[in-house]
Amino acid sequence: MARMKFLCDAERCIECNGCVTACKNENEVPWGVNRRRVVTINDGVIGAEKSISVACMHCSDAPCMAVCPVDCFYKTADGVVLHDKDLCIGCGYCFYACPFGAPQFPQAGAFGLRGKMDKCTFCAGGPEEDKSEAEFKKYGRNRLAEGKLPACAEMCSTKALLGGDGDVIADIYRERVARRGSKGAEAWGWGSAYGQPPKGAAPAAPAGGKS
Amino acid sequence: MIRCSLLAASVLCIGGCMEVEQVSNAQKQAGQTVRRDTNPWSNEPLANGPKWSKGDRTSWEEQIKKRQLAQHEHRRIYE
Repeated sequence: MARMKFLCDAERCIECNGCVTACKNENEVPWGVNRRRVVTINDGVIGAEKSISVACMHCSDAPCMAVCPVDCFYKTADGVVLHDKDLCIGCGYCFYACPFGAPQFPQAGAFGLRGKMDKCTFCAGGPEEDKSEAEFKKYGRNRLAEGKLPACAEMCSTKALLGGDGDVIADIYRERVARRGSKGAEAWGWGSAYGQPPKGAAPAAPAGGKS
Repeated sequence: MIRCSLLAASVLCIGGCMEVEQVSNAQKQAGQTVRRDTNPWSNEPLANGPKWSKGDRTSWEEQIKKRQLAQHEHRRIYE
């Protein structure tokens, strides 16, 4: 059984925002809502700048699903976390629960009134009839029903953003890492995330170039 | 008579102030409310798009896996 996931290779992402643009265009995402965005850290620091493309990660144990008071979330057979906008009350609980900031809320009128939640659908539409106008208007394009992968991953020029079955894309990434000579421990951010640098040592930023 | 009806009314009023005991429903699980979505493989493939047999999950998964592997530039070059 496929479990659809995204994986972004920070060594390859060049912060072109092609994924963001592809998503916006493919799903006609309204003004003020970004289902996907590119996050850059150490911006401008030579050798230490890294970017990563972030959207809904379609968690296996999704916290948004757990906190929703109207239970508008559901998971498809291929592991995509979707929601029903007809049930959503725009309370924002999912926004607080999500560790990736994926749920977005359009401004639905004056005085900052919050509309129904919008998020990445893995280009899988929603509960409306597949490929119908109602589905497109509410959730965007249903590319999975057309046998395609999400537009963001397919448009990525450096193939930094991989989308698909978790096992398949993990294999691609693993082989890629082995080919470029990184064995894991020297991967950027690994030391700072999984081990403390020795006392007095410089922060875990690479000395230059690719780590 | 009046006393009896007053008594009955007060009993009813007190009954209205009672708190109903809340019991958690172990059967209720998140993600079970929305059940009207259909599976991607139940659609007819596009005329010029990737092909699979309508309703056949295995063939849909096979073609999407092939598409996923196209993201692997090393494999794409060698094939």
